[in-house]
Amino acid sequence: MAHDVPAGTGDLYLDLVEAIGEDRVTVGGGARHLYSRDSSIIEGGHSGPVCFPDSTSQVSACVRVALAHGRDFVPRGAGTGLSGGAVPCNDPVVIATTRMNRILEVDQERRIAWVEPGVVNLDLTRHLVGTGLHFAPDPSSQQACTIGGNLANNSGGPHCLAYGVTSAHVAAIEVVLPDASVVTLGAEVGDGVGYDLRGAFVGGEGTLGIATRIAVRLTPDPPVVRTLLLDFGSIVDAAETVTGIIAAGIVPAALEMMDQKVIVAVEQFVNAGYPLKAAAVLIVELDGLPGGVEREVEIVETVAAQNSVGEVRVAADDAERDLIWKGRKNAFGAIAHIKPGYYLHDTVVPRTRLAEVVAKVNEAVERHDLIVMNVFHAGDGNLHPLLVFDPREPGTMERVHAAGEEIVRISLEAGGVLSGEHGIGLEKRGFMPLLYSPDDLAAQGSLRAAFDPLGHANPFKVLPTGASCGDVMGLAEVPEGVWV
Amino acid sequence: MQSFASEVGPSGPVCVVGGETRWGLGGESSAGTRTVRAPSGVESFDPSEMTVAVWAGTRLEELAAALMESRQEVALTGPSGSTVGGSLAVGWNSTRSLRVGAARDALLQAECVGAGGMVFKAGGPTVKNVSGYELCRLLVGSLGTLGLIGRVILRTRPLPERSLWLSGNLSPVEVSRFCYRPSSILWDGSSTHVCLEGYGTDVDAEATVLRDHGMLEIAGPPDLPPNRDRWTGVLPEGAILDVPLGVVHLGASVNPPDVDPGVRAIGERMKSNFDPDGRLNPGRDPYLVPA
Repeated sequence: MAHDVPAGTGDLYLDLVEAIGEDRVTVGGGARHLYSRDSSIIEGGHSGPVCFPDSTSQVSACVRVALAHGRDFVPRGAGTGLSGGAVPCNDPVVIATTRMNRILEVDQERRIAWVEPGVVNLDLTRHLVGTGLHFAPDPSSQQACTIGGNLANNSGGPHCLAYGVTSAHVAAIEVVLPDASVVTLGAEVGDGVGYDLRGAFVGGEGTLGIATRIAVRLTPDPPVVRTLLLDFGSIVDAAETVTGIIAAGIVPAALEMMDQKVIVAVEQFVNAGYPLKAAAVLIVELDGLPGGVEREVEIVETVAAQNSVGEVRVAADDAERDLIWKGRKNAFGAIAHIKPGYYLHDTVVPRTRLAEVVAKVNEAVERHDLIVMNVFHAGDGNLHPLLVFDPREPGTMERVHAAGEEIVRISLEAGGVLSGEHGIGLEKRGFMPLLYSPDDLAAQGSLRAAFDPLGHANPFKVLPTGASCGDVMGLAEVPEGVWV
Repeated sequence: MQSFASEVGPSGPVCVVGGETRWGLGGESSAGTRTVRAPSGVESFDPSEMTVAVWAGTRLEELAAALMESRQEVALTGPSGSTVGGSLAVGWNSTRSLRVGAARDALLQAECVGAGGMVFKAGGPTVKNVSGYELCRLLVGSLGTLGLIGRVILRTRPLPERSLWLSGNLSPVEVSRFCYRPSSILWDGSSTHVCLEGYGTDVDAEATVLRDHGMLEIAGPPDLPPNRDRWTGVLPEGAILDVPLGVVHLGASVNPPDVDPGVRAIGERMKSNFDPDGRLNPGRDPYLVPA
C-alpha cells in the first residue's frame, strides 16, 4: 500500500509498518479523513496514522511505537459511538480493532464466550443461535457496533432494563495498558482478586487501555416472550403507565416509548402498523417462564387501562414481534428522511419524572426552532431526545448546541445524570462539572491516572481538563469548549 | 455527610467500623488506628423507582425490613449484624446472585470521605448511568482503602412471590438444563442444592421436573462454612461450591492467589492516588482476600 506520508510523520509511519506490517498501517489523507470522526456530530478531529492490528501483540506494538514518538493513541471499534469518544485530537495514532473480529471460544456449559474486540455485537448473538444462549446487551447499533466498543462505553440497549448493561456481562478482559504491557483484568470464574479493575475498566471510553480479548457472559434465551404495543392519547398517560408497571414490582425485559412524530416517521419507513394517531406508544416486552409472563401481561394491561390506554396489541408470533422491534430499532434511519442531520441526545432522569421532563425538553428544543422527537428507554428513565435539522442552514448548529445544553440542565435539575449509555467522550466533558464537584472529578482522575499515569490513552475525553482538542475546539464556538 | 467527614478529618490513620462480622478480612487493622462509624438509617425508599438511599452504618436487617414493606430487596449480603457499608466494602455477592445480581451492580451512587477529609461522590442516583468513570464498582470490595463510604443509593429488586430450595443428586449442569434461571446452585461434591424463585406456578412446574429426577424439598440453603476460596476444579472435603459465582465455601482458611505484578501495580497506583499517605483503613489489603 503506497502512501503520501505527511511531513513529520515519516519515522512514525515507518516504525508502525515495521512493527505490524505495511498492509496494516495507513496514513493517506482519505483514510485519515475517514477516521477523523465517529457517528457523533463532532467535526474537526485530526487523525495520525491509522493501524489495523490483528493480534494482542500487534496492538501492544502500536502503543509502544506511539509512546516512543511521544504520540497519543486512540482506540476505535466500528466508530458508531455518539459522544465523540473515538474522534482523534492532535494527530494521534488511531488503533482500530476491526480486524480482530474472531469469536475465539464458546463454552456453553459455563456460559462464557471469549471474543476479540472487533466482533460485531449481533454477529455473536447470530453465532449462538441454536445454543439457547445469547449476548444480552443490544444497543440499537448492534448490527454494526463492536463488543470492544460496547465494553468501552458500557453500552445498554432496550433489554438492559432487565438484564443489566454491558458491565454485568463481562467476566474478564485482556487489556493492552497505556504503557503497552498486557494484563488480564477480572476472572472467567469468580471475581478477580483485589480491586475490581475489570469493573473500573468497563466504560473507560478507551482512556484506560485497549481490550484485546473479552470473556463475555452468555444469557439463556427466555422460554416465553410476549411483546405488547400500547397506544396512549398523551405522553403523561404513557409515562404514568411506566411508573405503574415498575411500582407493581415488574421489571420488564424492555419498556420503550416513542412519541407521535417518531411513530409517524417510522411507520412510513417500516409499515409496522403503529397507530398514527397515538400521542405515544409503549413497547413492553415480558419474558421468562410461562406462568409469570401471563401474569405480568395481565398486570401491564390493568395498569395501562388505569391510564386510559387505547389499543393493546400483543404480538401473535415472532414475525409480528420482529416487526414491532424493527420500527423501534430503525427509528433513526427513518428520521433521516425528514432532515439531513440529527443529533441524538442521551440523559437519564428518575423514571417517575419522565412526563414532566419530556414536556420541558420539547418546549426548550422547539423554542430554539428545531424539531424534536422522542424514542427512548422509558423503563430506566433513559431519554433520547432526537433533534432533527439541516446543518447547512446558517446558524443551525449554534441552536443545536444551545438546545443540547438545555436538555442537560433540565435533566440534571430533575435529579438525572449526563448520559445513560452513550458516554461522555468529547460531547459532554464540558458538562461534567454540572454533575460533579471538583473533588468528585479528582476521584475520577485518580482512577484514570492509575491506568494511564502518562495520559497518552485517548486524551481530552471524559474529564474536563482545560486542554484544547486541536481544531475540534477551534471549530466550536460554544461555551466551555464543548462541541456537540 | 459533613459531620461524618469532620469525624474522619484530614489526617491520621483512621478505620471505619461496620458490624465487625468479617473484621479480619484482608488483614487486621493497624495498631493505633482511630475508629469511626458511618451514620445509620434508611433515608428514603422509593419503590416506584426501585432505589433506596441509605446511610452506610445501617444494618442489612434494618434495610431489608424497610424494603420488605414494598416487597423489594437489595443484592447485598453478609452475616447477621453486617452493615450496608461493610457489605459493600467486602463486596461479596449473594448466593442468590443469579436472581438479585452482583453487589457491585447494586451500588448506584456513593458519597465517601476521601483521604483528604473531603466528601466525594461516585456514580449518580439513576438506575442507569455512564457519566464518567465507574468509581462505584471500584469501591465495592475495596475494604474502605480508597474512601470511607457514608451514604449510598442502591438499586432494589422485587422479591419473588415464591422461593423454594431443593436438593438431590442431579449435577449442577443437569439442574441448569432443567431450570430456566434458578436463583442459586450450590454443590457439595455429591448433592446439588438449588433455589427456585419467581411466580408460584413457574416455581411449582420446575420443582415438579426436579422432583421427578429425585430432588427433594429442603427448608433452605445448607450452612456455608466460613471461609472462601476460588474454584479451581477440586472441592475439598466438607466444602460447598457456589456454582455461578465460582466461589468455594470451606472450613480451612486459605492463602490468596498470586496476582499478576502488572495488575498489582495498577492496584498500588490506585491506592496511592486515592490515599497517598495510606491513612484509610491501614493494615487492610483487598489483595489478601482469597475470593
